[in-house]
Amino acid sequence: MNTELAGVIATFLLTVVLAIPLGKYIAKVFSGEKTLLDFLAPVERFIFRICGIDVNKQMTWKQHLLALLAINMLWFVYAFVMLLTQGSLFLNPDGNPSMSPDLSFNTAISFLVNCNLQHYSGETGLTYLTQLGVITFLQFVSAATGIAALVVVFNTMREQSKDGLGNFFDIFLKSLTRILIPISIVIATLLVISGTPSSFDGKDIVRTLEGETVQVSRGPAAGMIAIKHLGTNGGGWFGVNSAHPLENPNYFTNVVEMISQVLLPIALIFAMGYYIKRKKLAYVIFGVMTFGMLMFLIPTMIAETNGNPAIAKMGIDQSLGSMEGKEVRFGSQASAYWSIVTTVISTGSVNSMHDSSMPVSNTMQLLGMMTNAFYGGCGVGILNYYIFMIIAVFISGLMVGRTPEFLGRKIEAREMKIATIIALLHPFLILVGTAFSSYVFTKDTSVGWLNNPGYHGYSEMLYEYTSAAANNGSGMEGLGDNNWFWNISTGFVLILGRFLPIIGPVAIAGILANKKIIPESAGTLRTDTGIFGVMTYAVIMILAALAFFPALVLGPLSEYFTLYN
Amino acid sequence: MRTYILPSLKLTLVLIIVCSVLYPLLISAIGKFTHDDGAGVKAYEHGLVVGYENVGQKFIADTYFQGRPSAVDYNAAGSAGSNKGPSNPDYLKIVQERIDTFLIHNPGIKKSEIPSDLVTASGSGLDPHISIQAAKVQVPRIAKLRNRTEKEIYQLIDKVKEEPMLSVFGPERINVLKLNIALNTL
Amino acid sequence: MSSKENKSLFQKDLIVEALKQAFIKLHPKTMIKNPVMFTVEIGTFVMLIVCASVMFNNDGTQGSLVYNLFVFAVLFLTLLFANFAEAIAEARGKAQAESLRKTREETPAKLIAPVGELYVNEVQMISSSQLKKGDVFLCETGDIIPTDGEIIEGLATIDESAITGESAPVIRESGGDKSSVTGGTKVLSDKIKVRVTSEPGESFLDKMIALVEGASRQKTPNEIALTILLAGFTLVFIIVCVTLKPFADYAKAPITIAALISLFVCLIPTTIGGLLSAIGIAGMDRALRANVITKSGKAVETAGDIDVLLLDKTGTITIGNRKATKFYPATGISEEQLIEVSILSAISDETPEGKSIVELGEQRFSDKEEKFKSPKWIKDLKGNLKEQSETFHVFRFTAETRCSGIDIGDNKRIRKGATDSIRKIVETAGNSFPRELEMVVKQISSAGGTPLVVCENEKAIGVIELQDIIKPGIKERFDRLRKMGVKTVMVTGDNPLTAKYIAEKAGVDDYIAEAKPEDKMNYIKKEQQSGKLVAMMGDGTNDAPALAQADVGVAMNSGTQAAKEAGNMVDLDNDPTKLIEIVEIGKQLLITRGTLTTFSIANDVAKYFAIVPALFITSIPALQGLNIMNLKSPESAVLSAVIFNAIIIPILIPLALRGVEYKPIGASALLRRNLLIYGLGGVIVPFIGIKLIDMLVGLFF
Repeated sequence: MNTELAGVIATFLLTVVLAIPLGKYIAKVFSGEKTLLDFLAPVERFIFRICGIDVNKQMTWKQHLLALLAINMLWFVYAFVMLLTQGSLFLNPDGNPSMSPDLSFNTAISFLVNCNLQHYSGETGLTYLTQLGVITFLQFVSAATGIAALVVVFNTMREQSKDGLGNFFDIFLKSLTRILIPISIVIATLLVISGTPSSFDGKDIVRTLEGETVQVSRGPAAGMIAIKHLGTNGGGWFGVNSAHPLENPNYFTNVVEMISQVLLPIALIFAMGYYIKRKKLAYVIFGVMTFGMLMFLIPTMIAETNGNPAIAKMGIDQSLGSMEGKEVRFGSQASAYWSIVTTVISTGSVNSMHDSSMPVSNTMQLLGMMTNAFYGGCGVGILNYYIFMIIAVFISGLMVGRTPEFLGRKIEAREMKIATIIALLHPFLILVGTAFSSYVFTKDTSVGWLNNPGYHGYSEMLYEYTSAAANNGSGMEGLGDNNWFWNISTGFVLILGRFLPIIGPVAIAGILANKKIIPESAGTLRTDTGIFGVMTYAVIMILAALAFFPALVLGPLSEYFTLYN
Repeated sequence: MRTYILPSLKLTLVLIIVCSVLYPLLISAIGKFTHDDGAGVKAYEHGLVVGYENVGQKFIADTYFQGRPSAVDYNAAGSAGSNKGPSNPDYLKIVQERIDTFLIHNPGIKKSEIPSDLVTASGSGLDPHISIQAAKVQVPRIAKLRNRTEKEIYQLIDKVKEEPMLSVFGPERINVLKLNIALNTL
Repeated sequence: MSSKENKSLFQKDLIVEALKQAFIKLHPKTMIKNPVMFTVEIGTFVMLIVCASVMFNNDGTQGSLVYNLFVFAVLFLTLLFANFAEAIAEARGKAQAESLRKTREETPAKLIAPVGELYVNEVQMISSSQLKKGDVFLCETGDIIPTDGEIIEGLATIDESAITGESAPVIRESGGDKSSVTGGTKVLSDKIKVRVTSEPGESFLDKMIALVEGASRQKTPNEIALTILLAGFTLVFIIVCVTLKPFADYAKAPITIAALISLFVCLIPTTIGGLLSAIGIAGMDRALRANVITKSGKAVETAGDIDVLLLDKTGTITIGNRKATKFYPATGISEEQLIEVSILSAISDETPEGKSIVELGEQRFSDKEEKFKSPKWIKDLKGNLKEQSETFHVFRFTAETRCSGIDIGDNKRIRKGATDSIRKIVETAGNSFPRELEMVVKQISSAGGTPLVVCENEKAIGVIELQDIIKPGIKERFDRLRKMGVKTVMVTGDNPLTAKYIAEKAGVDDYIAEAKPEDKMNYIKKEQQSGKLVAMMGDGTNDAPALAQADVGVAMNSGTQAAKEAGNMVDLDNDPTKLIEIVEIGKQLLITRGTLTTFSIANDVAKYFAIVPALFITSIPALQGLNIMNLKSPESAVLSAVIFNAIIIPILIPLALRGVEYKPIGASALLRRNLLIYGLGGVIVPFIGIKLIDMLVGLFF
């Protein structure tokens, strides 16, 4: 086995090994059991006191959603205003300008919704104030929002769900103080030690070995890079994200960053198992998600290590694989792995340029975001999976001759309606968005959005809307997206793609929680079995992936067949 | 919803202090204990700063090992990849040109010896590394221009090259800047 | 009439009727109830316009006229097939119901007019259809009972074979639980007065027919949820197909309207969409074939979900009545003595239990001494009794005394009955109750038998053991139910010990011993509170509240009107084990829906691979690599996919009507099985089907 592959396998295994105890810890945090960080309790109480929040007040699912939406709205206004005026505010050593209104709109939403689509470049588009005050802030709170929504759903799945669904602010703050901030500190420390900058010094000017003068962008990046991965946000400090040698200096930091973005999505699955006391269900979900991820990963790794056939024809050595847009210190395999985990999980950070990925890899990256449930984003991944489970439960419940029920609660027309709408939303946003942009582009190619002609150019547009709808944030960055068309259109896709898939599952879970629990019998379809896992996988692939088949055919698949012909 | 606005506002202010002030300051403080105060690891030649270890530099002279093609010409004020698709005909033309240029500058090298990293742009445009093979194919040229034996240069490569992590994980690679500094001191 | 006759799924007259209906149902107002098929209708209409455009405008961009006409024709056929599926299911259900109804129409009825033309209570001959609720009619030997009703006076033996297929006549009498008569049955003897209980056209059967005909058919909650999901799928594919146009424009790959509509029709779940209502109707039809009249489709569906099943012991689990199986004489009493006294006590007892005592006695003697061997002895005894008729006095069993017996002359007082009551008699007279009998009683009880203590002249002389005979095969049926996840509960008046024994022996999961009517009710409520669905069968008026409370209440046709009104199904066969069949029919209904949905959606994989390359292959030749079925030309690929999509509907009609088989092998195993057959099969079959059709169509296109 070569060292590149060994590195990928070790990274994944280490992630799982770390995720299991973390999952147990998360379950303890939210069920109020004793943990190592309980010394923070007075701090949290103090915060609630000055904010005038009574955390003992249990909320209904509707109140949870209202609180969630209210606080998100505030953040949006705050972020929008900051970005719009950053040029004239303090902590701007590089003298970067304010953002245009449409870019502010897009950026504020993008980070609010945990997507981190960046239509700007970090070195020139933001100031240190907004990098920390807006970007880092939103990266923390949007991840905590996802976890808070997920924990509400967990609460409904507990057998004693009548006890109440907890208090939104309580769960939200604990996600920050007990999970996101402490782990971020650990990750940031590892990055700082490995050479990622953390000081507030501005751009440096150096004379190179050949005597030329170059500027080098820097900044307090390490802390932000930690949470960008841990919270599956993905928005980089520098323009090229984690391909940048200061953002991701060596193979070790690459491993750290790869682990930290997959860590919470997997840990939350195990946390669910411990929290609702259905470990087997968690294992099955983990199994299905891992299988789904591998089905995207393996073709990608093969395609990338085999290199670009068009370049191979030129007769050069292809043993490194396809290296366009990749960094030598990571190699093609770790880059392939990253490109898949970052798309199945809604991180969207990159350590190689997806625009230069092979067509098979593009297909898999797109599918990762189209399914958006194989691990998925921080908290929201399981919520997406939950929707697919509801549909799978419904169809398979029929197949075994019983009115479908999920964890003892009957799935009826109302829940199906919500689940169907949410499942429908994703293809709707992506396909309609891409259709719209294709139409505009075909009418007037002089808009000059596309960096590549033909099928690959189409893939760039498809990728952008897919990334926005999946709240992923990665891009085929050749797309000229910093203009009002893309800023506004993806902005709306972002909002819908974030909040409806949170509202839907929470609503279903809330409705289900109010239903009578039907005791299990031999006729009950268990959801923690392998065969139900297979069913869920089939539903995800057929519902989420199949709808995009024609779109994929016209994009990366046509490119594939042309390139390999 | 209105009942949640005021507490949300207060909580937001508290969290801005925690996440955007205290947290970065803490990390920055930790950074003060690392190399170069956490402001990036610098590279030195004869005690003079010649750049950052991790930030790739442009080498034009044939007497230096050359790095990978860069979409930003190694201007570290920004960063970018080429974002060219693998089937883009313009892009393939550029790659072909790079191969041809390399062959002109390195006579005697066979096409099949050129590794792909030498003719493809990196993701960041600032890639500080090349593969070992990419260094090795430049050895005859360097040796000739610097009047050194090829063996000496090969030994230098072996000395400077970076092993896989824990010798088992990840690719072997070589830092072009470090290699060239070492080359100057040879 | 009965299920045995209509083996064939498609009878000629039914097909003709269904074909006619298939066209009538094309009316958009009818179609819109089925959103999936409605979109197909719109697509078909668009194709018609395209055909016209090609014909008159020579629009060359849309392909040849023949090709477009062909696509139009296949889409139209798809619609017809779907309508036909529904129509044939309706026709079959209707035929089944009609044949039941026919027997009761146009029968002469002897109406008793309270104030007649000539005199009070005169009997008028009218047609059965003129009978109104509340009317009273008369039925005498040989008459066909004109309509459903309740006997208010008299008793009669009735042949119900016309309804139930059971040849043995039954006895119906006024008052009590056996007072109900059904239209179409025949009075074999005696005379009864019957009050009509339903308005014309509102009997259960009428309701059932209306249900099958679709006039009053409402979608069940489950059907609604499925329709929502299917509508969702349809919407997704509308989006997929509409957005394909700008995509193709970008790729400079023009697509024809025919291909786009074909893609759409193939992708939306037309298979399940076309068969959905047929499946529902067929479910009710199957219930009807099992001689169960359901009041709503929902009831059948609910039956599939039943968690708990309440069954009366007598007649369901055990064969009607108990039988004497053994005599236990007290010390100092010979068995012969006991038998003699027992026979004496039972000889005048006309109950089945009494008869079985006499029978057992005879049998025991035939094994014994010569003198008893001849059955003449018994006859002598009987004769003896008759002769002494002046001097003997029979005591019938009453609820208070809980014993029966006979006094012969003045010095022979024989009683047999429940232990407690006999002990009372014995101890009141100052005698002691033998301890060994006490033991025997306990032993019998715990072995599931019923002890009957016999005393002569206030002295206990022995015990007769009565045993319930458990129906053969019943244990297997309960095992099957258990595997389905249904808990069976036996309801019995027996004491807890006996009940427990029988429960174990018959394999039921729980029992209610010494049950009073309200116990049933309470048990149902308790189970329902814990979230379970309960089914029960009942016939008596005192069962009515429990029948109403139960989620599935099956009333016996022989039961009282109150019971029938309270339940949501009526079993014409009066067969208490029918519930098992109903549960299976309910499950089958859901399974058929689920598997066909899965099949329909799984089909999309192959259809994508057939049509999508075909759409673009002329503009993007490299896509030949996606044409994994190697279909001949884009036209033949599109046509093959649509043809497959159309003919799969009639091919699956038999499955939809018969239902997918239910196997009680546990939910996960069943899911695995059905997923393999209908999921994986649904992926593979269209690949083969489309390829085969393409080989044929490829000859022309």
